[in-house]
Amino acid sequence: MADSPKTTFSRRGFLKGAGVTAATTVIESANALARETKDALHSDRAVGPGSVPVKLHINGHEYSVAIEPRYTLAETLRDNLGLTGTKVVCDRGSCSACTVWIDKTPALACMTLAIDVVGRQITTIEGLSHGDTMHQVQAAFVKHDAMQCGFCTPGMVMSCAALLDRNPNPKLADVKHAVSGNLCRCGTYPKVFAATLDVAQQRRQTAGLVALVTEREA
Amino acid sequence: MAPQSDATKPAAPNRTETFVWGIPQNGLQSKERQVGRDEPPPLPANSELTYIGKPTERYDGPAKAMGKGKYTADINLPGMLYARMIDATIPHGRIVSIDTSEAEKLPGVRAVHVIEHVYGVAELRDPKMEAPSRYPVIRYYGQPIAGVAAISQQIANDAAQLVKVKYDTLAFVVDRSDARAEDAPMVFPGPADAAGSAGGGGGPKGVPQTGNVHGPQQKKNGDVEKGFAEADVIVEGEYFTQVQTHSALETHGFVVDWKPDEVTVYASTQGTSSVRNEFADVFKLPKNKIRVITEYMGGGFGAKFGAGNEGVVAANLSRKANAPVKLMLDRRQEHIVCNRPDSHQKLKVGAKRDGTLTAIALTSYGTAGVGTGAGTAGPANNMYKCPNILTEEYDVFVNAGPGAAFRAPGHPQGCFAFEQTIDDLAAKLNIDPLTLRETIDENPARKVERQIILERTNWRNRKPAGSDSGPVKRGMGIAQSVWYRFVNMNSSCEVRVSRDGSVELLSAVQDLGTGTKTMLAVIVAEEFGIPPASVGIRIGDTRFPIGPDSGGSVTAGSITPAARNASYQVKQKLFAAVAPQLGTTADNLVLKGGRVAFKNDPSKSYTLKQVTAKMPTDEISAQATRVAEYSKERITYGGVDYVELAVDTETGRVHIEKVFGAHDCGRPINPLGVISQINGGILQGISYALFEQRIMDRNAGYMLNANLENYKILGAREVPEIEVVLVENYIAQSSTDAAGIGESAGIITLAAAIGNAFYNATGVRMRKIPMTPANVLSALGKVQEVQA
Ligand code: FES
Ligand code: FES
Repeated sequence: MADSPKTTFSRRGFLKGAGVTAATTVIESANALARETKDALHSDRAVGPGSVPVKLHINGHEYSVAIEPRYTLAETLRDNLGLTGTKVVCDRGSCSACTVWIDKTPALACMTLAIDVVGRQITTIEGLSHGDTMHQVQAAFVKHDAMQCGFCTPGMVMSCAALLDRNPNPKLADVKHAVSGNLCRCGTYPKVFAATLDVAQQRRQTAGLVALVTEREA
Repeated sequence: MAPQSDATKPAAPNRTETFVWGIPQNGLQSKERQVGRDEPPPLPANSELTYIGKPTERYDGPAKAMGKGKYTADINLPGMLYARMIDATIPHGRIVSIDTSEAEKLPGVRAVHVIEHVYGVAELRDPKMEAPSRYPVIRYYGQPIAGVAAISQQIANDAAQLVKVKYDTLAFVVDRSDARAEDAPMVFPGPADAAGSAGGGGGPKGVPQTGNVHGPQQKKNGDVEKGFAEADVIVEGEYFTQVQTHSALETHGFVVDWKPDEVTVYASTQGTSSVRNEFADVFKLPKNKIRVITEYMGGGFGAKFGAGNEGVVAANLSRKANAPVKLMLDRRQEHIVCNRPDSHQKLKVGAKRDGTLTAIALTSYGTAGVGTGAGTAGPANNMYKCPNILTEEYDVFVNAGPGAAFRAPGHPQGCFAFEQTIDDLAAKLNIDPLTLRETIDENPARKVERQIILERTNWRNRKPAGSDSGPVKRGMGIAQSVWYRFVNMNSSCEVRVSRDGSVELLSAVQDLGTGTKTMLAVIVAEEFGIPPASVGIRIGDTRFPIGPDSGGSVTAGSITPAARNASYQVKQKLFAAVAPQLGTTADNLVLKGGRVAFKNDPSKSYTLKQVTAKMPTDEISAQATRVAEYSKERITYGGVDYVELAVDTETGRVHIEKVFGAHDCGRPINPLGVISQINGGILQGISYALFEQRIMDRNAGYMLNANLENYKILGAREVPEIEVVLVENYIAQSSTDAAGIGESAGIITLAAAIGNAFYNATGVRMRKIPMTPANVLSALGKVQEVQA
């Protein structure tokens, strides 16, 4: 969110300027998403309160699941689909432990209804790695010991990986901002910062090498 | 706190060994100790070792980073039900009736259980002082009443709403000072005591009680009257600290699968043993019918020991429904289930002109709600040499959730008052605070730590208090911690070697995120000369040899010697088993760098695999239990933390800019993990000092901020620059000489260090935490004091 355009006045920008955490900003974007997804559910047809069959796109797979419309995405992932990597800590949008990506944008799964993300691409912590091969950010978290109990870790990783996708050259302040909504009771923040900045550095080096090779070949 | 080592007799000493002793910065020395027959040879200093003392990646790091670790909250068993705890909506009263019929009728509900006994709270010495009742007396808002289990969490939540409880209300009090008044409503009609948990906490039993005031617990050394009479200077101060809630990210919770032949309990706990013990007690079951599993757990900080009300309710629901039941507290309940007690402390310290202490007197009042254990005298009694000390600790009952052990019980509170008073003394004597501590502190590690701080921080440029003229004032301060080398003898490990050359360790000990798994892997790795990641670590299951409950920083010091001894012993067994085939004797074999070699002919060497292939059986194993400390010396240890901060005297905001911590934990096993824990202690300490506070509604009697948006915890943007230095301190007490770091890791010192830096910045003493803008501005005399 640190690099979202500031030129036009938006409620989202206003919230950010007012010093609200990044997590809060994420909720707002999730709400906007929810409005947009209405179509995917055959618009005005009232559903519920009983279970409704839906198809969810998660980590590149399609899941068919029957859920009550009131189920949050976090509940659905954890209880109905067994994807327990996404954690629930506050269940009300104040800790970012449940951060997932909805179409690559970080969102709070506890503040998102599962039924609202039909037709969207959901990425959870389980979808970041390939089999046993960790995503760069996950590997950096291990290298720097950016975890203790690890309960905040999936949310932290999702926030940091998304930051690096939208801002390849973050400064320390950008990383702090990106995880300003992610609570860690064990106090692992300094190493989260170090891990994330390390990945940015690694990527710059790789990019530099690639550029060098391309230059030589040209 | 855990049982101390002298509870068990040391093994019969039968050899003398020479151990490395002391602190590298002072030059290492050696010390002779008598050790038992089965003890491994002494380890040299870390600089001479391969894995111990070297940064090692967290054993379960990849699983945690990839979201694969299964915490209790993640357990999903076939047919599992979800439960919700129902709790009291009044702060004090009696239950007249509980109507569960509507809840039971809700489709999907499988069981309802009404609590008969509340655990974890103080109990009347004479239960007859209260009229007998079917239901426990409600003494705090949020006290567990019942549980309901259903086929989904949502249905369980709905059902919880349908349970109707009728109360007869009683007068209540939630404020510590109100509760001390003679006419205050009585939380208990007579004297009551609370037991501590396996993690400590809990107050003295059988002390006098007047109204809600329980105590004092008195500790006396010498004659304070005489000490004050001999003093050249006397400093006095009054200090206030708030109630802090543990706020572990994973709430307390259990999955219980009650089967007639065995009850399986998945627990978010700091002690698999403590859970098994309490389940056995409560349900009158033999321990061999209870299995407790904690593979991953999302933080405890002292709050999670034993069965808890939630464990007992989950078990009852599982038994009734004949299905596994998951019961996790919700976030509001987590804030109420236990806490760090508050304090009001009066402290008086007398000293000679050179700083020598002549007397310390401390009186503390604190509330642990409906529990006890609010004492704060640890630092005053144990940090410095002083011939005359008198401490008197009182618990004050109020109608609020019980206190519990919380990272260094009593010490952050005590240190906040005591280390600021020591700074006041330095100011009055016109001695530099670091220099004063050189006079009064005999601990050799802290001496080295102070020297490191002197050399590596800005301390020498420290200005007189309140020197800055602008509205933003900068300052620096230090504070020291003290903790104790507790050992829990219930610490055993089994190490197995398989014919394929793989090595694994099994123990019931749990990893709270402190890195127990990694530490054990490092110990085994060192003994076998194989990489830590290649060692199989299976812990957190009571089917394995018993492990210590992780409270009071006991784990590293208790379990690593058992791990090393088991590794050493299994190695000896392996040598004995294969020596004949190698054409030599067991005592001619040595394992180094992953190779087994002949001592008398180093040219003869084999890989571990080549050797294990010659084993007569597929597996060789050995089990070892912690033996008593090698000496009976009472050992304390601690750290020194340095803080630089800025105080905005117009807004009242305190901004921590830098923390430098120098810490001792004996022989560090995995510095990477130790530093993570110290960072965490420092940040939790800042959070405690600046932000956190339980706020009770005096008129309604409940916690107003039982959530994570209004109960403010330090976040990423409040993280200062942190630098940590570990001081190796060899004391030749066990086969590893390790000690835990959880308690002394900054949580004890930070509020005091920040207070001292605040004084240096502003010339004003902060006597109250949290240092919120309101409290800061009132200390600066800019606004009137606000009552929270
Ligand atoms: S669990 Fe979703 S923000 Fe806390
Ligand atoms: S690692 Fe425990 S909460 Fe962050």
